[in-house]
Amino acid sequence: MYDVIIIGAGVSGAATARELSRYKVKACVIEKEEDVCCGTSKANSAIVHAGYDAAEGSLMAKLNVRGNQMMEQLSKDLDFPFKKNGSLVVCLHEEDMPNLQALYDRGVANGVKELRILNREELKEMEPNISDQAYAALYAPTAGIVCPFNLNIAMAENANVNGVEFKFDTEVTDLKPIDEGWEIHTNNGVFQTRYVVNAAGVYADRLHNMVSEKKIHITPRRGDYCLLDKSAGSHVSKTIFALPGKYGKGILVAPTVHGNLILGPTAIDIEDKEGTNTTREGLDQVIERAEMNVKNIPLRQVITSFAGLRAHEDGHEFLIGEVEDAKGFIDCAGIESPGLTSAPAIGEMVAQILKDKMDLEEKEDFIATRKGVLDPNTLSREERMELIKEKPEYGNIICRCEMVTEGEIMDAINRPLGAKSLDGVKRRTRAGMGRCQAGFCSPRTMEILARERHVSMFEITKSGGDSKIVTGTNKDSL
Amino acid sequence: MRAYDIVIIGGGPAGLAAAISAKKSGVDSVLILERDKELGGILNQCIHNGFGLHTFKEELTGPEYAGRFIDQAKELNIEYKLNTMVMDISPQKVVTAMNREEGLFEIQAKAVVLAMGCRERSRGALNIPGYRPAGIFSAGTAQRLVNIEGYMPGREVVILGSGDIGLIMARRMTFEGAKVKVVAELMPYSGGLKRNIVQCLDDYDIPLKLSHTVVDIKGKERLEGITLAQVDSHGKPIPGTEEEYSCDTLLLSVGLIPENEISRGMGVDMNPVTSGPKVNESLETNIEGVFACGNVLHVHDLVDFVSEEAGTAGRNAAEYVKQGEAHRQGGKEIKMNPVEGVRYTVPGTINVDRMDENLTVRFRVGGVYKNCYISAYFDDERVIHRKRPVVAPGEMEEIKLTKEQLLKYPDLQTITVKIEEA
Repeated sequence: MYDVIIIGAGVSGAATARELSRYKVKACVIEKEEDVCCGTSKANSAIVHAGYDAAEGSLMAKLNVRGNQMMEQLSKDLDFPFKKNGSLVVCLHEEDMPNLQALYDRGVANGVKELRILNREELKEMEPNISDQAYAALYAPTAGIVCPFNLNIAMAENANVNGVEFKFDTEVTDLKPIDEGWEIHTNNGVFQTRYVVNAAGVYADRLHNMVSEKKIHITPRRGDYCLLDKSAGSHVSKTIFALPGKYGKGILVAPTVHGNLILGPTAIDIEDKEGTNTTREGLDQVIERAEMNVKNIPLRQVITSFAGLRAHEDGHEFLIGEVEDAKGFIDCAGIESPGLTSAPAIGEMVAQILKDKMDLEEKEDFIATRKGVLDPNTLSREERMELIKEKPEYGNIICRCEMVTEGEIMDAINRPLGAKSLDGVKRRTRAGMGRCQAGFCSPRTMEILARERHVSMFEITKSGGDSKIVTGTNKDSL
Repeated sequence: MRAYDIVIIGGGPAGLAAAISAKKSGVDSVLILERDKELGGILNQCIHNGFGLHTFKEELTGPEYAGRFIDQAKELNIEYKLNTMVMDISPQKVVTAMNREEGLFEIQAKAVVLAMGCRERSRGALNIPGYRPAGIFSAGTAQRLVNIEGYMPGREVVILGSGDIGLIMARRMTFEGAKVKVVAELMPYSGGLKRNIVQCLDDYDIPLKLSHTVVDIKGKERLEGITLAQVDSHGKPIPGTEEEYSCDTLLLSVGLIPENEISRGMGVDMNPVTSGPKVNESLETNIEGVFACGNVLHVHDLVDFVSEEAGTAGRNAAEYVKQGEAHRQGGKEIKMNPVEGVRYTVPGTINVDRMDENLTVRFRVGGVYKNCYISAYFDDERVIHRKRPVVAPGEMEEIKLTKEQLLKYPDLQTITVKIEEA
């Protein structure tokens, strides 16, 4: 019997697991996919919001501001890329200035520091590629950009090192109350636990509604994105948002923490909780609206497009806490933007709820830090030479576009909760994430995966399940 | 720091031919840096025949063609390092490279020949909507899996793009037991060689749908199907023309992009049309002593022309090393001016004093032209007017100039190359 089972290994589940692992507790995360960070957490804007968006007094506002404050230290403790690049909300028309002012006021009320309204000249100076139509902007120096994969992965790894179990390819089919808690039925066995944390992203309503009469409803809200090559990464330096207004929710243009340029998202409500397909209309809209606020975007440099689903709860608020009519069942639902930013604070809040309920005791041997996959580019020349002498695999480049070595890929595979698929390697090392989009490195990465995991090439997948890369050998069907 | 007279970046067909030519031109200190585990580059996975008709007057496979150059390089004792990635080249020609044995190391070169080749355009570059399942490969990646490693990427195949690799892979996948259902091409003409359309599609009854593209991709884990649609003259899908194909594999042969990240890093000026360096008659870039050849310069159809071009680059690199400062002196630059159907020329400028007796100017056209003329104007005077039954973007064109001819025009400023209707 577990004390806590967390359903979902996305950023909320991982943050909760990591915070919970500070205490003496028997906990497990179960995840229907083959890896952490496979749902909403992997496909979003990768923004650390300042906190002026959410309604004053809302849980969203509170956790956003708190998460923003925690992120920098967390990025140092857990070794994931984060940069405080600041954000701008661009106002194109003078008549919309009251809306910009309202955003400023809300930010101040939410406790966002250093907010400032810039006039056209200040804005132009800060961001030369801003649209010539720009009238003014709200500048939030505390906004940042983060690697969403490594934020999620780092928290999960650290939780795992501190004793939290993870079970992948494990999908919940039923939840039954038992005397001391809950029985969780899955395709991978039945588990008993005193407490359940529902961090199931777009599926959180389905789980909640299995146990509660007070139904909730989550709409998968699709966001299409385009990602541009690193040669376009410095087109803007701040995250550029549109002022919400007559064109609806705008499209952002932002550098990523790895130096690419990201455009998106759309906001299209759909039914299918796995509907992560981009559409022509969606991609066209991304480009059209991105160009409203930023000029001369080098669209020929698009290297990939993708879509993610936000878990939009009808009330547009984070639902965090024990479900009234389901004792021991803790919701962590409706986690949409600013969910990524809020994740560290969400983890803290859910762990606190569990600590209070179970009267948990802190561990003396909690390991608060984690080292990520070693990036040889961060080493001095001497250190790098020493590393290659010791482990020659660090002298062998596998991904040419992102200059990822065999050593890094081996590290990604062999570390706690290591990569099992091409996408797993990609999210941990960036191998395959560059301009050729894995055209060159995928056969080589497959070989390394097969060798390190002692499986055949036929077992290697893109992202688990049936996503196998090769289907047989030449002429085997003749 | 180690030093070589000429460092060649890439040991594919261009790098090999450049090295051999440099050595034969009298420079002994030549080093090839190759990132793969063997010399030969992409030819090693091109196991079909058809290579070498121009160079050797016989039909060879890719590995055989490469083998002849590798043998020559070895006979000439040309030094090379395998599994070695060039990380960076400074404008002063300090090459930083890395491999397992030596770690990071630097080499001072007197001359550098850029011969890194090209990479394939990906699905992302086309912004094709839909899901992102396994089963979508660039044609070259699939070719490597099949021809080098012996693995089948899938069973039921649709190919987008009629570039040569896509056409070759249509036939290869058929040989290996897969069903190739259709090849779709966005443009109203194929981007590949005519002979490949006949020998790889027609001979196996594989339909080629021109003016068609993929508008949707289905399948959440492994590819399950795609939707094709006809496109209008602007390349936009025409509603109502959608056709669904079930398939587990989509191969993309939608263009090649010269790999010039290192060139850009060292400050080499680029031609936006070719995505390769701007070069003069010696195939020298704006950085003195830095030459470029093969697919890193502009994408070729035939390796024979790569070898020929690389030979020129290697010879000129050797001249540069031998002459030093004298190399650049004297002579006036004639500008090449591609217009009206001609997209670019290589070279972009010609120095008559420095040019060889014969110079081949290569270029591509922007559309299909029938019964047309390829014309070259020396300033206002039409000097070349050559009839061509058909020219197409998939086949590289050329005009030949001689030093003797250019010397007759001492005041010549610009050579304009254009396509003229009959």
